[in-house]
Amino acid sequence: MTAPPALVLDGVSVVRGGRTVWSDGNLTVPPGAVVGVIGPNGAGKTTLFQIALGLLPPASGRVEVLGAPPRRGNRRIGYVPQNYTAAVNEAIRCRDLVTLGLTGGRFGLRRTSAAERARVDEALRRVGAGDYAERRMSELSGGQQQRVAIAQAIVDDADLLLLDEPLANLDLRNQQEIVGLLGDLHRERDVTIMVVAHDLNPLLPVLTDAVYLLDGHPHHDPISDVVQEELLTHLYGTPVGVVRTAQGDLFTRAAWRDPHRAAHRGDSW
Amino acid sequence: MSGVQFQSNWLDILTSPFMQHALIGGSMVAIAAGLLGYFVITRQNAFAAHALAHIGFPGATGAILLGVPVTVGLTVFCVGGGLLIGLFGRRVADREMATGTILALATALGVLFASLASANARTTTSVLFGNLLAISRSQLVVFAAFTAAVVLALAVVARPLMFASVDPEVAAARGVPVRALGVAFVVLLALTITMAVQVVGTLLLFALVVTPAATALRLTARPGRVAATAVALALGSVWGGLVLAAMVDLPPSFFIVSLAVLAWLVVLGLTGGRRGRGAPARPVADTHHAHTHHVGAHPA
Repeated sequence: MTAPPALVLDGVSVVRGGRTVWSDGNLTVPPGAVVGVIGPNGAGKTTLFQIALGLLPPASGRVEVLGAPPRRGNRRIGYVPQNYTAAVNEAIRCRDLVTLGLTGGRFGLRRTSAAERARVDEALRRVGAGDYAERRMSELSGGQQQRVAIAQAIVDDADLLLLDEPLANLDLRNQQEIVGLLGDLHRERDVTIMVVAHDLNPLLPVLTDAVYLLDGHPHHDPISDVVQEELLTHLYGTPVGVVRTAQGDLFTRAAWRDPHRAAHRGDSW
Repeated sequence: MSGVQFQSNWLDILTSPFMQHALIGGSMVAIAAGLLGYFVITRQNAFAAHALAHIGFPGATGAILLGVPVTVGLTVFCVGGGLLIGLFGRRVADREMATGTILALATALGVLFASLASANARTTTSVLFGNLLAISRSQLVVFAAFTAAVVLALAVVARPLMFASVDPEVAAARGVPVRALGVAFVVLLALTITMAVQVVGTLLLFALVVTPAATALRLTARPGRVAATAVALALGSVWGGLVLAAMVDLPPSFFIVSLAVLAWLVVLGLTGGRRGRGAPARPVADTHHAHTHHVGAHPA
């Protein structure tokens, strides 16, 4: 038996505050994909996540997440919102935050069971946050906070991870470590991962697919079809180059050049 | 300084009926305030707590104007004001503006009602600074009901409320009713403030509702321990304040608030820049990532 698609959009349009964010959403994200969600600011990348999470109903069309209609509180989805690390609270320890991902929705007095504590420990260990599990979130660096956020998203054994800008505000080394972690999680847990990103480059080693929001419509393609100069230039509305190194690594770059610097090139300085 | 005098019969004073009422009433307020303080801080609701206390002012003077018990006026205004604040914008900035505006209007109404009711200065003073030594038996019954409501409600909602407070976006995605919990919390806060106003007054209430929890949070971040420590600190302040008030016959509000603030200052001094179990307040450096770049540290 094959797993159902992670996400299906069938003629979906989204309206927010009277404005159509995007329309004609027709795509199928296969299970087990690692998907970059790209597009310019305001194109509706976060909105796509909100549709999948059941936080925003589509204005029209049919949505299916992991083979079922979207609904709030779907425990099969792990979610790390945008600017997560900016909102962390000094009043909470990492361990308690991850525990909330497992039991935070339950009403009533109840002790965390030994089995639940073991799952929290395992999630913290898996993301490499075991050493600072007892610390407060506010005491950690941005990269460490992002790991704890991911631990919270995977602690309930999600089948689909939605990560909104997980690499924002991280230095290069932390970006690469988070990307490595996503690659490992994908391999070990066979989880589908969707990542909103402004900069594709650090993610390219792990991405299999991309969802891109072009001209007000979401599209889905294998990553190799998306990393093309013409498409990216159209997508971002500014010249984008694609470079392939001798080792076969791909990366994109803004092709814009400062005319003043170009004019001065060859000067004595 | 003829007013300050040691009273050698302070033990008799402590066991007198009015002091018994004060101890029981003050203890109930300390329990409710200590428990809610943690959420007031994590939800960044300190300003709302402050505002609700002031919103109680027209409630109290309005009650005097209408000739109904002050507790009734306080409850109606605090809960009503709490609901208004709770229903206003989710964003902190929106909430702050709404809270401040409601606060100003409430204070204006309080002055109006006080004037219309020709409430004497003594009545106004007891609303602003509390009058723990005048707590009646019927007030105690109301206190008991409110404290029971706060403790029972918190027992039911504590976990999802904590989730919604520290991590609202993920909590919403996980199906936690974030908005409804926010409204429920403000109602619980309003009930607690209704009591606390009568103990320490609208102007000093912060010291019971926020300060003990803030002190506890500097010592530990474990939710259960924060709650227990905050309640212990609030109880200690109330009891110590009453004993001192019995000894020298000065307003208990002064001693209660002073003790709570003293504990906060001591803990602040002891923990310094460090927080919780000796952990540094600044981000923990990655062990194998200890390069420090002094970009622009020295002028060229």
